[in-house]
Amino acid sequence: MDRNYLEIVKNSKPAQFGLLIFIFLILYFLIPQSENNYLWRLPSLLKGIPLAINNVIFNALYEWFPLKVWDPVFEMYEEKAAFREFTKAVSQGLLFLITVVRELLLGGDKIIDVFVNDAWLKENDWLSWPALPWTATTVGAFLLGYQLNGIRLGLLGGIGALYISIFGNYVPSIQTLSFVLITTPICFVLGLSFGIWGYLDKKVETALQPVLNVMQTMPQFAYLVPIIALFGLGDHAGSIATIIIATPPMIRNTILGLKRISPEVVEAGLMSGCTKPQLLFQVLIPAARRDILNGVNTVIMQCLAMVVIASFVGAKGLGLNLKIALNSLKIGKAAEAGLCIVIIAVILDRFTKAWADKQKNYFENLSFIQRYKFLIIFAFSIVIFSIVAFISNGYFDKINYLYVIPIEKGLTIAHFIDAGVDWVWETFFYSLNSFNKFLLTQVLGPMKQAYLGMPVIATFTLAMGAAFIVGNIRTALIVGGMLLFIALSEYWDRALITMYMGSFAVIMASLNGIILGSIFGRTERGGRILLSFCDFFETFPSFVYLIPVIFLFNITDTSVLIAAIVYATVPATRYTVWGLKSVPLSLHEAGTMSGVSAFQRWTNIEIPIAFPTVMLGVNQTVVFSLQMVILGALIGTEDLGQIIFGALSRTKDGAGVALTLGIFVSLIAICVDVIVRNWAEDRKKALGLA
Amino acid sequence: MKKFISLFYALVLFAGFTTVAKAADPIRIPVLNWSSQIVMANVMKQAFEELGYDVELVPAESATRYEAVRVGELHVAHETWQSTMAKPFYEAMDKGGLIDAGSHAAPTLEDMGVPQWVIDENLCPGLPSWEALKSPECQANFATPDSDGKGRWLEGPYEWHTDVMPNRLKGLGLDDQWMVKFAGSADALWAELAAAKKEGRGTVIFNWTPNFTDAEGFVFIEFPPFYQGCRIEDGGSVETTGCGSPIGWLKKAAHIKFPITHTSAYKFYTKMEFTSGNIGEMANYVDNGGMTHAEAATAYIANNRDQIDLFMN
Repeated sequence: MDRNYLEIVKNSKPAQFGLLIFIFLILYFLIPQSENNYLWRLPSLLKGIPLAINNVIFNALYEWFPLKVWDPVFEMYEEKAAFREFTKAVSQGLLFLITVVRELLLGGDKIIDVFVNDAWLKENDWLSWPALPWTATTVGAFLLGYQLNGIRLGLLGGIGALYISIFGNYVPSIQTLSFVLITTPICFVLGLSFGIWGYLDKKVETALQPVLNVMQTMPQFAYLVPIIALFGLGDHAGSIATIIIATPPMIRNTILGLKRISPEVVEAGLMSGCTKPQLLFQVLIPAARRDILNGVNTVIMQCLAMVVIASFVGAKGLGLNLKIALNSLKIGKAAEAGLCIVIIAVILDRFTKAWADKQKNYFENLSFIQRYKFLIIFAFSIVIFSIVAFISNGYFDKINYLYVIPIEKGLTIAHFIDAGVDWVWETFFYSLNSFNKFLLTQVLGPMKQAYLGMPVIATFTLAMGAAFIVGNIRTALIVGGMLLFIALSEYWDRALITMYMGSFAVIMASLNGIILGSIFGRTERGGRILLSFCDFFETFPSFVYLIPVIFLFNITDTSVLIAAIVYATVPATRYTVWGLKSVPLSLHEAGTMSGVSAFQRWTNIEIPIAFPTVMLGVNQTVVFSLQMVILGALIGTEDLGQIIFGALSRTKDGAGVALTLGIFVSLIAICVDVIVRNWAEDRKKALGLA
Repeated sequence: MKKFISLFYALVLFAGFTTVAKAADPIRIPVLNWSSQIVMANVMKQAFEELGYDVELVPAESATRYEAVRVGELHVAHETWQSTMAKPFYEAMDKGGLIDAGSHAAPTLEDMGVPQWVIDENLCPGLPSWEALKSPECQANFATPDSDGKGRWLEGPYEWHTDVMPNRLKGLGLDDQWMVKFAGSADALWAELAAAKKEGRGTVIFNWTPNFTDAEGFVFIEFPPFYQGCRIEDGGSVETTGCGSPIGWLKKAAHIKFPITHTSAYKFYTKMEFTSGNIGEMANYVDNGGMTHAEAATAYIANNRDQIDLFMN
């Protein structure tokens, strides 16, 4: 009899999970809550870590490897750390590059200023690079789209640029664009280099994985303080903050693309007598072009998603305007800036995708004019529109509308958006308010208490047990090790609150995503529309709805969670649509022949087959939810995010605290990732999909 | 691709050379996210340009800018509020590199208070005296879904004054009736102000003057008077910690090299003392006049030419 039970537990995963939960509950209720009980809370042995990290940063910046630097102001030699001089040079270089692109498009005299004497420039104030008129930019966007993929893409580019210009967002949009145009190539070069290195050397690839995981899951606010300490304030600092989050997907895509190349291609290269660099640059990279360009696409999207956060460390452009508008609760204005970010994102996304799909034609034999006809038309249009704009200077008395339309003179839909927000409030507030009361007192409050009442041993048993069941002893140890790092700090209780909010958001967002994806993803058209909504919400800055949710739900956890759920539903929906698409037609037919109902088809065929893909979406949902829960500190939370934000004003140890807590958040995400990924792999094998 | 990469490296190298060659620094002024601060930055920009300097406005964050001033990334931090920013200000001074360039003329008050309409609708009879908070009817009008039936004080972010407000409630013996919730940002405070008004619900929030909320009317609660050492963290006891906030300063911070590198700009900066009225005027051009920040600065200078000239000479 006994043996029988053992057999069941050994072979059935649900039984194993049941047993795990049973043990968990016993531990939960039996361990007494007392500060001296190590089974209840571990002592904070690693308390010193934030300060240690902080000391490393500051010693590197101000103490180690001192150089004697002549200070022209105090006319004496100053001791300056070599590292700080290095970071300073990096910042200045980056800033210069951004300024070059910005001035090429928007005009100015800073580049000229580099070459000539200051005083002379001041006397000759005619000497300034002219701005590109918005009319020329619009034509340029149209032509580029047309060349990449025909008239439809051309219209998308043209109309997008036209909208941005006549709504008066031309200057901040170009500022943001110049930021993207410099950051993307840097991520590209870094990503490609590390990707190639990782491809060539297995050890490097293994070493890169955890670093990339942390970089991608760390809340961005956690490294803003160290960035300010290292690189200062300005567009360059925003750019560096973006590089940290945007480079990992480029590295991953490069490795993936290179690995996918069939050995025949490599052999063909070798047979034609390629040297190693030739093989790399002329065979491997062109063969992996599509994956690499998909990486570029992801990099651009990340850059645009970071626009607002980059403005916290000094980046100019749409992000800054959005932040200023939000501070005086001009939601319509903030939403308009957000909309411009989405438009730029959509245009760049479609353009790079079209570029990735475009096959290079090696056999065409075109004349110079045929090859460069679009460039020539564009050059002409710049000249013509500049002349038109210049002549019309006499016609307009103050503002030249054919040059740049300033923001206060542009068209605006801000009133409609504000009216819309008011309408939502008037229509839904009272019903939502009672819902909010119920949610807070009956669901969220008890849930929070339940998380906080969890003895540390019970948490570890649950997490490591789950990891063991879906993986092996190694998985369990990895998960345990990461959690131990948090549990030994003084922030375990706050981490529990982050987990409570994160898990609520993940569950709700996943349910939403799976339901939405299942309802609309059945038809080709519905799926496409749904995916466009996903694109919108992924690039539309969440800051815009982070503050107005307060109108509806007050400064409570509900507000934070609603914002997190809206944002985190995106990946769950997207992967559900993809997963359902991947269900083979033959299975549908087999189902129909066995006479299943629509609902049975969904529960018994589609969901199980799509499950591994959907789980990948859930994985992403975890990262998205945690990001927003941490951002929720702007509304008001009591979790790790509150300290991360608070660290912004802690000059003494802010950098160390923010980084440490950021790593905690990323460890939580990685733990879930390890468990979910193993589970998905397991299911894949069971379904014969692996 | 190779060409592209080498072009990229060439540009980086070029950038390195050119920036090293250039010594004359523009004056870097931080731009935060509220109107009066941005307009004041623009007023300074226009004045410094008149004095012949190059000026650059840099978007920044209110707390982190002191570290930036300390290391010379920024030259000034021109609106430093005592109760919310004194800590990072003095921490940066402790580490060396930041100097105090005097205060504005405007006296500041930063404390808990209620919007004018809460008084008009008599949601808590007896306000602005703090004794009014003792009545249970008053408390009920300020309760929220998560406040457990207590009235709620909405404090700014925790790091602004840590436990001062929870301690104050204890000191006044109000802690069974009222609780403190920390908002995450100033934006959240203004959103709460707007939300409470829409709903007609009472709200007690942390606020300051001069601020844009002055226009719609905001009344500070009158607590027992402040004196040096009344708060627990300054050596006071639970009995005395119920005291209100002091009348505070609005300081100007500068980088230590600023007086030498940009002498006449520094002189202007130390003499620059705006009053509450001045600051209100600056904010008003933008918040109610619909001007851009730069236009508001031009209008302000035109309207107060004598004052600016006084700072310049």
